[in-house]
Amino acid sequence: MGALAGVKDAFTKNFRQSGIYLAFVAIIILFYFLTKGVLLTPQNVTNIVVQNSYILILAIGMVIVIIAGHIDLSVGSVVAFTGAVAGVVTVRHGLPWWIGVVAALLVGALVGAWQGYWVAFVGIPAFIVTLAGMLLFRGATMVTLGNTQISPFPDDFRNIASGYLNGVMGGNGFDAFTLLLGALGVIGYAFSQWRKRRARIAYQQDVESMPLFIGQIVIMGAVVMAFAWELANYKGLPIVLIILAALILVYAAVTKNSVFGRHVFMIGGNLNAATLSGIKVKWVNFWIFVNMGVLSALAGLVFTARLNLANPKAGTGFELDAIAAAFIGGAAVTGGVGTVVGTIAGGLIIGVMNNGMSIMGVGIDYQQAIKGLVLLMAVAFDVYNKRRAGVSR
Amino acid sequence: MSDDILQMRGITKTFPGVKALQDVNLTVARAEIHAICGENGAGKSTLMKVLSGVYPYGDYEGEIYFDGELCKFNSIRASEQRGIVIIHQELALNPLLSIAENIFVGNELSQRGFIDWNKTNAEAARLMARVGLTENPTTRIADIGVGKQQLVEIAKALSKEVKLLILDEPTSALNDADSEHLLNLLRQLKEQGITSIMISHKLNEIAEIADSTTVIRDGRTIETLDMKRDEVTEDRIIRGMVGRDLEHRFPEHTPTIGEEIIRIEDWTVHHPIQHERVVVDHASLNVRRGEIVGLAGLMGAGRTELAMSVFGRAYGADISGRVIKDGKELRLHTVPDAIAAGIAYATEDRKRYGLNLIETIKQNISVAALGKVSRRGWVNDNEETKVAQDSRVSMNIKAPSVLALAGKLSGGNQQKVVLSKWIFADPDVLILDEPTRGIDVGAKYEIYTIINRLADAGKAVLFISSELPELLGMCDRIYAMSAGRITGVVPREQATQESLMQLMTKVKD
Repeated sequence: MGALAGVKDAFTKNFRQSGIYLAFVAIIILFYFLTKGVLLTPQNVTNIVVQNSYILILAIGMVIVIIAGHIDLSVGSVVAFTGAVAGVVTVRHGLPWWIGVVAALLVGALVGAWQGYWVAFVGIPAFIVTLAGMLLFRGATMVTLGNTQISPFPDDFRNIASGYLNGVMGGNGFDAFTLLLGALGVIGYAFSQWRKRRARIAYQQDVESMPLFIGQIVIMGAVVMAFAWELANYKGLPIVLIILAALILVYAAVTKNSVFGRHVFMIGGNLNAATLSGIKVKWVNFWIFVNMGVLSALAGLVFTARLNLANPKAGTGFELDAIAAAFIGGAAVTGGVGTVVGTIAGGLIIGVMNNGMSIMGVGIDYQQAIKGLVLLMAVAFDVYNKRRAGVSR
Repeated sequence: MSDDILQMRGITKTFPGVKALQDVNLTVARAEIHAICGENGAGKSTLMKVLSGVYPYGDYEGEIYFDGELCKFNSIRASEQRGIVIIHQELALNPLLSIAENIFVGNELSQRGFIDWNKTNAEAARLMARVGLTENPTTRIADIGVGKQQLVEIAKALSKEVKLLILDEPTSALNDADSEHLLNLLRQLKEQGITSIMISHKLNEIAEIADSTTVIRDGRTIETLDMKRDEVTEDRIIRGMVGRDLEHRFPEHTPTIGEEIIRIEDWTVHHPIQHERVVVDHASLNVRRGEIVGLAGLMGAGRTELAMSVFGRAYGADISGRVIKDGKELRLHTVPDAIAAGIAYATEDRKRYGLNLIETIKQNISVAALGKVSRRGWVNDNEETKVAQDSRVSMNIKAPSVLALAGKLSGGNQQKVVLSKWIFADPDVLILDEPTRGIDVGAKYEIYTIINRLADAGKAVLFISSELPELLGMCDRIYAMSAGRITGVVPREQATQESLMQLMTKVKD
């Protein structure tokens, strides 16, 4: 198989996935021209990442919920609630910032356990449980805050969202450290791909041809380095990006290669077969919601830190953005299909569109409408694909 | 020509890869009760679906004459307009609506789009009186018993000016009193000139009520018996249902049978929703090492329910009895318990209960024993692929690769994936529920070979099947079930289709 045929094969084999990435690239190019280049200025690239980080964190949890065949409408309220908890701990009681972080994550886990209990063990549809949760935790936020706002937060806390790793190697205006980290990341990626390839060869599995293998790493490396270059030209590496990158790596592996991940896909693909194959369906569902709760708390921390404000209205509508990201990213409405990386691409598509349209001066009214259409088209594409594939369920 | 209300001539219906009906002829005289008999999968239901327009004209070959006219039904509605109404085994009633609403659903009595409730309830009461149902027309369906629900279905049919009433297993869910009432009602309807076709496994009822009986086997009409003239006995019908010769359809196999592995004692299971209904009734059986034990029974006998309830209580409520494996009593409360104890259950319904159709062959094979290819919660993808590829070779799964989706495989290959999954889990006891259902002859032979191989590897195999020749060809011993009870066990040498069918249709003394 020639390199070209290999590329073609890789595309057609996973058309719906590559479709998302192609759409992502197309949208970046489109808005690059529409904004006359502003979209890809170092400051704006940094902004897109930081502005969307909390939605992306939520979307990672959401896609797992959706793959298992559930939905979570409560995440926006949980963001507000955990943010409020962090505010009360760090500002009102003046405790160290990290205690606020731990408290918020713990509350997030408890919220997830509460919802997971009703979904998994009582058997109430997640739509209902989390709709109730949406109201319940919004109310809890107001009670916690006593209907006022909490501000300002200590600097250490604010760094979660607005801190940058820079100047470690004395750079001013241009941050060599970010470039170095980028380079290390690329080397690590190449090394892990190489090991994976060796393991596959050891098991006598098919591997892509050498030129294709190297080509993939070169493209990936180029994208990462270009991205690092942009960041280095602004303020350096945002701390929130490190958090996000770690989450993407871990959760991509969990969904793809862990026993837990396999069980999630099996439950979403065929609940009956999963039960009869000995999967502890109730416990898996429970942990999915605990996980969603913790990630919601993390998103709540990032959002609160970015705004430097815990307020009762925080996070309104976040659940819809997170759900949209998962569906645009190729998750199936009926469960059983979805990827973390696709979801991130889906979330960034929304993010780039928002950002691009804002720069162009398109009103928020049109932005909403256009986002709605994009979501509808993405799911229509999914349905069309499934019908064409002709898999009977 | 005598006065025939229905003639079906040369009906042939093909599904991809399977001929469900082949040149079937059915003639039904006006105002008679005509029974249709046959094993599970013989083609009875398919024939009735052709007649009632579920399979539209053009989807089958042959001709249907109703009241002397050639019919080309393209939907159930079209056949109902001619007065042919089918009542399915699973009743098509909405439990949350009233009796009257259910009777007139689809042809509501209305004026300018608004339902005329007085007329609806009065008309319903009139129809209910005709079927001997004494309830308030506004009572919800959920609040009356199955027997009365069946009467509602018939009242609904009467509201459509029914001329030919088709009943699929009408008494299978009814108790004796309700059954008796229903049969009497059919007799009354006959006197009013309504013809009935009744599909039934209950041969005693057929002998009692039918005027003639058509026997279907392997998608062909075998014979039509005139019940009055020929003095037809139950045995006579059984002979028609099973009478076929066993060819060399089964691989040679010499069993090496060891000690007992599993014993089920006094096993009783109740229906998960209707708790008072006993589905499995004090059943006991055992299987030994290297032995293939058959479990025969007609639809609704309780075989699947027995198997699934043993498999970690995957079915049923109020389960009592004992499961003893290797001399120790087991407490199996969940499916993981059962798998850990070395029991596997391969379902009869691959698509709904066996496979994740939107996942790869690889992941379907590894799912029940994922721990074997993972360490500390992480799956070794290469190891998993190797396992799947080995299965693909040893089970001869025909697919482009182990990364093909399970939903794209043929029935036979899907079954091989299900079997691979359980073989990989390496149980001591394998319960196979209809492992060859919907599979072509060639693939069946392969599945039989695999089953023999499993027995030779020292596993205990419990083989549930509705095909008697298959059980006779494969099993060392055969249990028969009827109405939730084990009605007998026959060693291979003594078993015949007739003797088994007698046990399978045996009713409580």
